[in-house]
Amino acid sequence: MGQTIAEKIFSYHSGKKVFAGDFVIVELDLVMAHDTTCAWAIDPFYEIAKKVWDKKKIIIPFDHAFPAPNIAMAKLQNKIRVFAKEQNIPIHTNGVCHQIMAESFINPGFLVLGADSHTPTGGGLGALTIGVGSTDAAIAMATGTCWFKVPQTIRIEISGKLKQGVYAKDVVLSIAKQFGPEGGNYRVLEYAGPTVMSFNVSSRLTLTNMSAEMGAKAAIVAPDKRTAQYLKENGRQYLLNKDLNSDEDARYEKIIHIDVTNLTPQIAMPPDIDNVEEVRKLEKKRIKVDQVFIGSCTNCRIEDLDVVYKIWKKNRPNTSLRIIVTPASKRVYLQALAKGYIKFFTELGVQILNPGCGPCLGRHGGVLYDGEVCVSTSNRNFTGRMGSPKAFIYLTSPATAAATAVAGYIADPRSFLN
Amino acid sequence: MNWFFKNNINTDLITPGRYNITTDPYELAKIVFIEHKPEFAGKVKKGDVIIAGANFGCGSSRETAVTALKACGIQYIIAKSFARIFYRNCINAGLYAITADTDLINNKDNIVIDTKKKTIINKTKNILIPADISPLMAKIHEYGGIIPLLKKKGLKQFKKIII
Repeated sequence: MGQTIAEKIFSYHSGKKVFAGDFVIVELDLVMAHDTTCAWAIDPFYEIAKKVWDKKKIIIPFDHAFPAPNIAMAKLQNKIRVFAKEQNIPIHTNGVCHQIMAESFINPGFLVLGADSHTPTGGGLGALTIGVGSTDAAIAMATGTCWFKVPQTIRIEISGKLKQGVYAKDVVLSIAKQFGPEGGNYRVLEYAGPTVMSFNVSSRLTLTNMSAEMGAKAAIVAPDKRTAQYLKENGRQYLLNKDLNSDEDARYEKIIHIDVTNLTPQIAMPPDIDNVEEVRKLEKKRIKVDQVFIGSCTNCRIEDLDVVYKIWKKNRPNTSLRIIVTPASKRVYLQALAKGYIKFFTELGVQILNPGCGPCLGRHGGVLYDGEVCVSTSNRNFTGRMGSPKAFIYLTSPATAAATAVAGYIADPRSFLN
Repeated sequence: MNWFFKNNINTDLITPGRYNITTDPYELAKIVFIEHKPEFAGKVKKGDVIIAGANFGCGSSRETAVTALKACGIQYIIAKSFARIFYRNCINAGLYAITADTDLINNKDNIVIDTKKKTIINKTKNILIPADISPLMAKIHEYGGIIPLLKKKGLKQFKKIII
């Protein structure tokens, strides 16, 4: 019987041929925990171990609130620094964890554990990257292993050419509308079809990242020449020597076909990910916006900033709004610097924050007040996520966010791109 | 006491990102549901039960959501379904997360949970509700969590304990 990509990766890491429903203990390639989840893993770790299983395979990024915005956060980061020093593990301060994992660490076929819910992002490179809590991360740091029930896979085949002004984010928001916040729970979402394979890695990472919002255990795109190209651009070799394609007779829980030819820009309205509407419909309501946030592991790679630049080059943003751009990583920041975007955006009155999670989780740099409206390129519009529980968060593509920054109200980007 | 919650209660509602910047369970117990249900932390008592709809614990992987609920005294969380990371965190913490049809439990119903028989007895309605409890969760619960269990049995026993 054939296997899905996920079943193959679980098989390669458990030493036996496994299928959905099997219970496995796997050997991990990497374990990631960041500046909050790592802090919670340290005490449990020292309860059961003295030394980490392999210091080269543990990645600790500081991104959720770095540099520390308050004493409580400084205390957590200090706790991690002490641990990292004791274990001789470097701390990475060059961007959002999922972005730097993609740029520098994840290879196709890897099985990676991450103490963060958006860990499925790395599946955009053809790896199986799974989110867990801090205790699982602590045990993994001690043993290099983790247990799993091999999940069912839902294959999402996407066809059709996206129209101008419509992007991977709009595609995945339309999928979230269909799936809801539980539609992918315990499953692997395997994105396939000509549209997905035409996407660059940046866009694929947007699909896999948002899969976490549908509850997915992991999300994956089969690696191909674009994956190889991405690795090369990031100074890495494509080390793949194993089959990472789903077999034709693989068993899926279901296969869904989506044609995106007529898709328009989408927006997730507060406070749910599946509360999705067409931007053109909301535009008519002239919803006044206080803050625009272009950042996060979902959407602030250089390809995203290319689109923002294209819109703002012709249409000056309205700086009565607070406009925040947080490049996803140091690499993206330097790319934006080289292309002149950082200077251009700064002169327009846009606030450029250091690479990291930025305002996405409401800890620093762009916290919202009661009644304020934010249009964000991030992945969560939960009540209270970015500050006051009385604030309103709308999720869009970078193009819609950039268009909104110009208009001052939620705006369809298509009229700004002609 | 039974505390009722709707579908899709996310971990940002349980321990909001702005408040969960600590590793201390007792500090976390003070901020649990601080904005979503402000009276909760003050009134919750040891042995209380959460009864919820589908997809309880969705969103962020933050284990503080489970740590806080356990520290404030919650004994069981019964929901139609759980988000997977939250569920794993409950297994590891030794906090019972029980899957059952919570539509069969109303606000003032007197319920008894029999974890051995995997049944919830609704005494008010005089019905038995089947309850799904993972055997691994039950095993880990006996030791008060995976870490005390591993401490007692030794890390080398990890695979044996799990499978």
